[in-house]
Amino acid sequence: MNLLPDFRFHRPETLEAAVQIKAATPDARFVAGGTDLLVNLRRGLGEPSDLIDLTAVADLAAIRRDGDALWLGAGVTLADLARHPDVVAGYPAVAEAALAVAGPTHRAAATLGGNLCQDTRCVFYNQSDWWRDGNGWCLKYKGDKCHVVVKSDRCYATYHGDVAPTLMVLDAEAVVAGPDRVRRVKIADLYRESGAEHLTLAAGEMLAAVVLPPPGGRRAAYAKARVRDSVDFPLAGVAVSLKRDGDVIADLRIAITGTNSAPLLIDTADLIGRSWDDSAAGDLALALRRKANVLRTTITGAKYRRRVMQAMARQLVGTLWDKG
Amino acid sequence: MSKAPPPSRKRLLNIQINGQWREDAVAPNMLLIDYLRDVAGLTGTKQGCDGGECGACTVLIDDQPRLACSTLAAQMEGRHVETVEGLAKGSRMSRLQQAFHEKLGTQCGFCTPGMIMAAEGLLRRNHDPDREEIKAALSGNLCRCTGYVKIIESVEAATASREVAQ
Repeated sequence: MNLLPDFRFHRPETLEAAVQIKAATPDARFVAGGTDLLVNLRRGLGEPSDLIDLTAVADLAAIRRDGDALWLGAGVTLADLARHPDVVAGYPAVAEAALAVAGPTHRAAATLGGNLCQDTRCVFYNQSDWWRDGNGWCLKYKGDKCHVVVKSDRCYATYHGDVAPTLMVLDAEAVVAGPDRVRRVKIADLYRESGAEHLTLAAGEMLAAVVLPPPGGRRAAYAKARVRDSVDFPLAGVAVSLKRDGDVIADLRIAITGTNSAPLLIDTADLIGRSWDDSAAGDLALALRRKANVLRTTITGAKYRRRVMQAMARQLVGTLWDKG
Repeated sequence: MSKAPPPSRKRLLNIQINGQWREDAVAPNMLLIDYLRDVAGLTGTKQGCDGGECGACTVLIDDQPRLACSTLAAQMEGRHVETVEGLAKGSRMSRLQQAFHEKLGTQCGFCTPGMIMAAEGLLRRNHDPDREEIKAALSGNLCRCTGYVKIIESVEAATASREVAQ
């Protein structure tokens, strides 16, 4: 590990102050739990001029009722998110996804906002300076060549966040604060499929909160495959929300992570109004294969990740279907 | 003509360590682990992988086990940080330390301070954890010697002795 680069440090106590500092220093990065950013900076991945610490902004750390929706501040730690009574009772899949992230010492520090905005990962990127230098750098940082897809003009680093897909299938919205206005976007629209710039936030913007609409009879669940049952990032992750109406699927949403440069919703329109049987499962597998683009961005082979992603999706839909 | 030195970026940090308030000027890029070891002189907290993967640097921050290697010292303004040095009362080891000693929960000892602090955090919020809860609480701490069985037994022993003491 390297020493941290030299940077200025800001510790605002309000959201407005944080956004203003960011607007005045475009190269600044936000930091909260530090479990993603600080580790990356120590590997020489980035040299921000300023770090804006968000852990003193009390507004960001609140979970509260917002009409019939639930407001989750971006500064809530994953540990607090997973044990909050309103989350556990109304959105157990969100608690489940938060608990699936890393280990307990990470979750005590890591925040919801940091988890959603975490950097993409790649076997050619999450390496020491020395290693990457020896490999001629890469398209994501300092280099002009992607080692995963040679001759490609974009980076294929993979998004491995666990919480985003679950929020996507529950139709949650992100509250984005900028210097002039606050806007709301669907969680899926926070991302674009480009490993080097996977977030759609503008230079002066920050993620302030997530708003979960009422579950509306949907049941949801999240499953991830990983090398060890603790600590590891997902080799692939699947979130499903299902509403069953008698013998037909009334509503089905599926989102995947750990496969592409962004967490992605799967097109399930063909499955609505049908019963859950082998033919529906076959069509789902086809839809997953169309959307997922698993490449050699982890040590574990892409073929396994592709297959386990499809298996988890099939199993999750089946379990939720059986629960009625 | 020599140039003037660049303006200092250090900040004054007020922090409580093992019950004692301290005030130190720290650089923005100083990590909590370096502050604890090099400024406060508390070398019980170990630097393992140094990248948030092994848990050797686990300390308690306001009773929650966290990683000192991926936390900035400057973020700890007003917080209470506890290290393994804060557990013993004089020469008397804490229950957990005693249990690790008696149940052979430590071999080379490098992961032990992190293991003990992670277990201490667990026992503070759950006085009577079962085996699965102990395993979950220690799941972010790696040990290359013991195979974990003795560590889990040590924490169980500390739980049992706590019950007796109550």
